Amino acid sequence: MEKGKVILAKQKFNLTLDRLCQQLIENYGDFSDTCIVGIQEKGALFSDRLITHLEAFGQVPKLKYGKLDITFFRDDFRRGRSLTPSKNEMDFIVEGKKVILLDDVLYTGRTIQSAMNALQQLGRPDSVELMVFVDRRFNRHLPIQPNYVGITVDALNEAYVRVYWSEHSDKDEILFFDDK
Amino acid sequence: MSKETVLSTKHLLGIKDLTPNDINLIFQTADGFKEVINRPIKKVPSLRDITIANLFFENSTRTKISFELAEKRLSADVVNFSASSSSVTKGETLLDTVNNILSMKVDMVVLRHPTQGAPHFLANKINANVINAGDGTHEHPTQALLDSYSIREKYKNFNDLKVCIIGDIMHSRVALSNIFCLKKLGAQVKVCGPPTLIPKMTTSLGIDVEYDIDKALEWCDVANVLRIQFERQDEKFIPSLREYSTYYGITLDRVNKLSKEITIMHPGPINRGVEISSDLADSEHSIILDQVENGVAIRMAVLYLLAGQNG
Repeated sequence: MEKGKVILAKQKFNLTLDRLCQQLIENYGDFSDTCIVGIQEKGALFSDRLITHLEAFGQVPKLKYGKLDITFFRDDFRRGRSLTPSKNEMDFIVEGKKVILLDDVLYTGRTIQSAMNALQQLGRPDSVELMVFVDRRFNRHLPIQPNYVGITVDALNEAYVRVYWSEHSDKDEILFFDDK
Repeated sequence: MSKETVLSTKHLLGIKDLTPNDINLIFQTADGFKEVINRPIKKVPSLRDITIANLFFENSTRTKISFELAEKRLSADVVNFSASSSSVTKGETLLDTVNNILSMKVDMVVLRHPTQGAPHFLANKINANVINAGDGTHEHPTQALLDSYSIREKYKNFNDLKVCIIGDIMHSRVALSNIFCLKKLGAQVKVCGPPTLIPKMTTSLGIDVEYDIDKALEWCDVANVLRIQFERQDEKFIPSLREYSTYYGITLDRVNKLSKEITIMHPGPINRGVEISSDLADSEHSIILDQVENGVAIRMAVLYLLAGQNG
């Protein structure tokens, strides 16, 4: 794979995360009856970091936080790929809760559809909102739109967008590759 | 991102055909399903476009219910067949029976049969995935997988772990599958039982034989206790049940005298007071009911991984 183009890095990267936190605080106040659910595995890296930023704002005591594995709910099972599950870390049910679903990159929308199906198994949430760090608009297969967006990217289908988190690689950045 | 992985085999006919990677992949997938079956809603949609036929040519309680639950929790459509209430009694052959069922568009077959090799025969003749749910005295792969999975849950890994399989080794398909599985995972395995119930092939598998039950229990970390399979014995292998129970029956008293804690397993059905005493079967040493719970998760994992290859 050729070297990717940096589309978001260090300072602006963290400012974007702070902005997303502030949008959530504006809409959810003290986060009572609210839960943040990161989609395993890359969405969970995003949610881990977002929680750290929310903690810096002092806004997490009432917030519930979980990581949802959607492997068994994917719609591409038996369509060329076999997948083993990641760990599901949901120690609460979402019945009556306000859910904020997090993924790092929104592309076709199929992951989000699977996540909504997986979420239903844990009860009937009061509401579900979607936050993504990168929105690849124009690539959707399904009528799914995010409520909160870190950065919007216009890309051809052949392109690839990858988010790197400093906890797991050496720096925070979003890279754009012309082909997969 | 979930890892992309496939089993090295299209059918689950025996543990003998699996690689250690296959076994670990099944365990890793079962971890996910174990979490699923402990949720308030225990169902996932993965196999919603799959139809599975459970063909039981021999009696079964646990295995049949366990497979059926696993299939239903994966949202598969299930048809059940038992030989006693079928046209087999009118003289239909196994292949004809199965082909008739398959022409109704069935994707997977779970087969229990009294004849060794029946699932292998079927796998060569039909397109559907075949899962062996026990063939005669040969193999019972899902039982061995759930046994090893239960051991892994308690001991985390198999290095230096000593497992003794005790009882009627000769007529047990659980014993052979367990031996293959544990050896592939790196455990040390011994068998123990009366000489008449230990088959000659045991040593060729690289397994030591111990005839003294107390020495066997002192050696092992895990004792997997098997029942005497009278239904497969056409002659007398032991003088009497009472004598077997006296020399090879495992009691709480026997286990308490050991110098270390051991874990007691049993694939069921238990003959209480024969191979294992009631107080031991119900004691804290026993993980018998954990085995049953893990059976559903393991079978879900096997069905899921085999079905996933058909894309």
